[in-house]
Amino acid sequence: MPRLTINGGEVEVPPGTNLIEAARKVGVEIPHYCYHPGLSVAGQCRLCMVDIEKTPRPTIACNTQAAEGMVVWTETDRVKETRRSVMEFHLINHPLDCPVCDQAGECWLQIYYMKHGLYEPRMMDEKVHKPKAVPLGPHVILDAERCILCSRCVRFCDEITGTGELGIFHRGDHSEIGLFPGRELANKYSGNVVDICPVGALTDRDFRFQVRVWYLDATKSVCPGCARGCNIDVHVNRRRPHHAEGRRVARLKPRVNADVNTWWICDAGRYGFTFVDDKTRLVTPSRRDGEAVTDVAWDQAVSAVAAALERAAPGEVAVVASAKMANEDLWALRRLLVHRGIRRVGFRIPPRVPGDEDAFLIKADKNPNSLGAELIGLEGNVRDLLAAARARQVKVLWIFGHDLFESALPEADVAAALRGAETVIFTGTSANATSERARWVLPAAAWVEREGTYTNFQGRVQRFRRAVEPLGQALAEWDILGRVLQALGAEATPPRAERWFRELAAAVPAFAGLTYQAIGDAGVMVTR
Amino acid sequence: MTMLQRVYLVEVLSGVALTAAHFFRNMGAHTARALGRKDARGAVTIQYPEERRPYSPRLRSLHRLVRREDGSPRCVACMMCETVCPAHCIYIVADEHPNPEIEKVPRRFDIDLGKCVFCGYCVEACPEDAIRMDTGILEFSSYSRTGMIYTKEMLLSLEPAGPDGRPASPVPIPADRRP
Repeated sequence: MPRLTINGGEVEVPPGTNLIEAARKVGVEIPHYCYHPGLSVAGQCRLCMVDIEKTPRPTIACNTQAAEGMVVWTETDRVKETRRSVMEFHLINHPLDCPVCDQAGECWLQIYYMKHGLYEPRMMDEKVHKPKAVPLGPHVILDAERCILCSRCVRFCDEITGTGELGIFHRGDHSEIGLFPGRELANKYSGNVVDICPVGALTDRDFRFQVRVWYLDATKSVCPGCARGCNIDVHVNRRRPHHAEGRRVARLKPRVNADVNTWWICDAGRYGFTFVDDKTRLVTPSRRDGEAVTDVAWDQAVSAVAAALERAAPGEVAVVASAKMANEDLWALRRLLVHRGIRRVGFRIPPRVPGDEDAFLIKADKNPNSLGAELIGLEGNVRDLLAAARARQVKVLWIFGHDLFESALPEADVAAALRGAETVIFTGTSANATSERARWVLPAAAWVEREGTYTNFQGRVQRFRRAVEPLGQALAEWDILGRVLQALGAEATPPRAERWFRELAAAVPAFAGLTYQAIGDAGVMVTR
Repeated sequence: MTMLQRVYLVEVLSGVALTAAHFFRNMGAHTARALGRKDARGAVTIQYPEERRPYSPRLRSLHRLVRREDGSPRCVACMMCETVCPAHCIYIVADEHPNPEIEKVPRRFDIDLGKCVFCGYCVEACPEDAIRMDTGILEFSSYSRTGMIYTKEMLLSLEPAGPDGRPASPVPIPADRRP
C-alpha cells in the first residue's frame, strides 16, 4: 500500500487510489468538477491541479494515482493561481443567472468561485448563446449555457445505465451537451444526472421553480419504493409553506451507501414521495356506518377496535399486514397477535402487474421490508385468510396499508371477503378502495413523518428518520398498535420507535444485538 | 439621586424654566419675523394631513413593482427579497416565463405590510431593480389584516413619487377601508 504525504500529513491508501480520494482521507478537499468517484476519470475540467514534488508543473489530481513516497501540496501559490485561471475559463461563457437558477445555493461554480476564484472578470466580448430550458426527458431539463462540459452526465449514461443518450456536440466554445437525434433521456435512472451535474445545466423538472434550495432541510432516510432500500436524504421545506403549493417534502436525493445503492437511486424511488402531501391522505380516525363517515377521537377508535378484537374469538380475527410497515410496527403487530392468540395473518399481496426488476438497483418486490416481515414471523397465506372471510369465519379483518382491489386477487373475491367480515379495520396513510369499505379507519403516519427501520432484501437493517410532523392526527403504526395493546390490557408498551426496536432485538434472534446506534447511517446486516 | 433631585420642586421648576425658555425664544423669533426680520426662524407646526413636509428622495415608502416596457413585471421571482426579508412579509410563487431568456416570473407576489418593517433590504437585494420603495405613499392603513396584504397587481399599478416627493400614484384603498 503506497504511503504518501499530502500537505504535510502522511496517509496510506490502497494501490490505484487517485490523489483526490487520498486527500479526502487526510481531510483535504481538492476542488473538482468532472471527477466523480462512481464514474471513470475524464480529466476534463482541469480544476483539480495539485503540486507534486519533483514534477515540473501542477498536475491533475483525479488522474494521478498515489505512489509510494509522493509529496503533494494542494495550496501552493502556483496551484491557487492555476485554480483561479481555470475558474475564469469555466465562467467565460457562463450566463451568471444565479438568481433564476434552481442550482443556486448548491452549485459548485458558486462554491468554488467563493473559495478559490474571486478574480476580477476580464471578459469583454458577448458570451456565446446556447439553447436554454430544453426538456431532455420526463425528468430532466437542460440549460446548455450554464454547462461547463464536465461530461459527468455523458459518462453516467454511458457507464452506469449503458443507454448512452447524451453526447457533447460541436467544437470549441460552441460545444454543448445534447441528446443524440431521436433519443430522449428517459432511462430508469435519469434523475441522477441532475445530482451529479455540478452546475445548473441539468435541473429537475419536477422540482423546477418549486422551492429555493436554501429553504430546505435534509433528513437521512431510506427509500420505501422497493426491497433495495436505497439510502436517501429527504429534503423538506418547513420555512416557506407558501412554496410548492404547501407540499412539505420537496425532493429526495440519493445518499451514498457503498453496500446498497452507491451514489444512485432510480427515478421511481426519487419521485415516489408525492403521496405524502396528497389530498388522499387519511388525517383523522373515522367510523363508517353505511354511507355516513364520522370523525372520532383516537381514544374512541382505539377502544372500539380493542373491543371488537375482544368480542371475537382468536380464530375469528384475520390480519393482513404489510411489508411497507417498519420492523417496529411489525413487531408491535406480532405482540398483538401473540397477546390475543391470533393465527390468521399474512403480508404478501400479489401485485396486479409484476414489478419491474433490473440487474442494477430496482427490485421486483416493491415493498421495502418483506424480509423484515418474514423474519418477524408474519408469513401466512393471504388467499386462505380472505377465503375464510368469504366463508364468514372471520369477524374482524384488519388490513394494513394495502388496497386489496389493486392487486392480482380477483376483485369479486376481495369484495366478498370485505362484506363477509363483520368489522373491517383499515390502517394506512392514504384512502383507497379498501379503506372506503372499512368500518374503522386509523390514519398512519407516512415514513418521512416517523422513525423506524426497514430490512432490505440483503438483510440490511436501515434506519429512516422523521423529517416532518405527521399530517393531521396520523400516528405511526407502532403507536396505534401499542395503544390497542394497552386497551387490551397488555403490559406497558414502549413510547418510542427505538424502544420497540430494542424489544424486537431482544425477542427475535435475527435482530439480536442490534440497536439504533449500531445501525447508524449505513445499516447493519441481520444474523441469518 | 442627590439631595437636590430628591426635593421634587427644584427639578419641576427647572423643567418649567426650560419649556418656558423655548416658548419665549420661539415667540420672539415669530414676532421678529412678523415685524420684517426675514432671517428670524421659529419652530413651525406642520398642519398634517392638509399640509405636508417635502419628503427626502431617500425615503422608504410603500413598495412598488417595476414594469418592463411591455408592462410585464421586471421581477424574475428569484426570491432574493423573500430570503433577505427579516420580517418574512414577502410571499412569492414562481412560474415559467414564456421567454427562456427570462426564465422565471412571479405568479404571485404579495407583501404583507402589516408585518413589513420598511428596512429596504428587498430593494437592496433585488438583482433586477424590480422592487422599489419610491412611491412616496405612507398612508395605507386598513381595518383588517387582509387589507394590509398588497398583491402583485396592486404593487404593479403604483407609480413613483413626483420630483417634489409627492405620491403620483393614486393611493390604493383596500376594499374594506371605509372613509
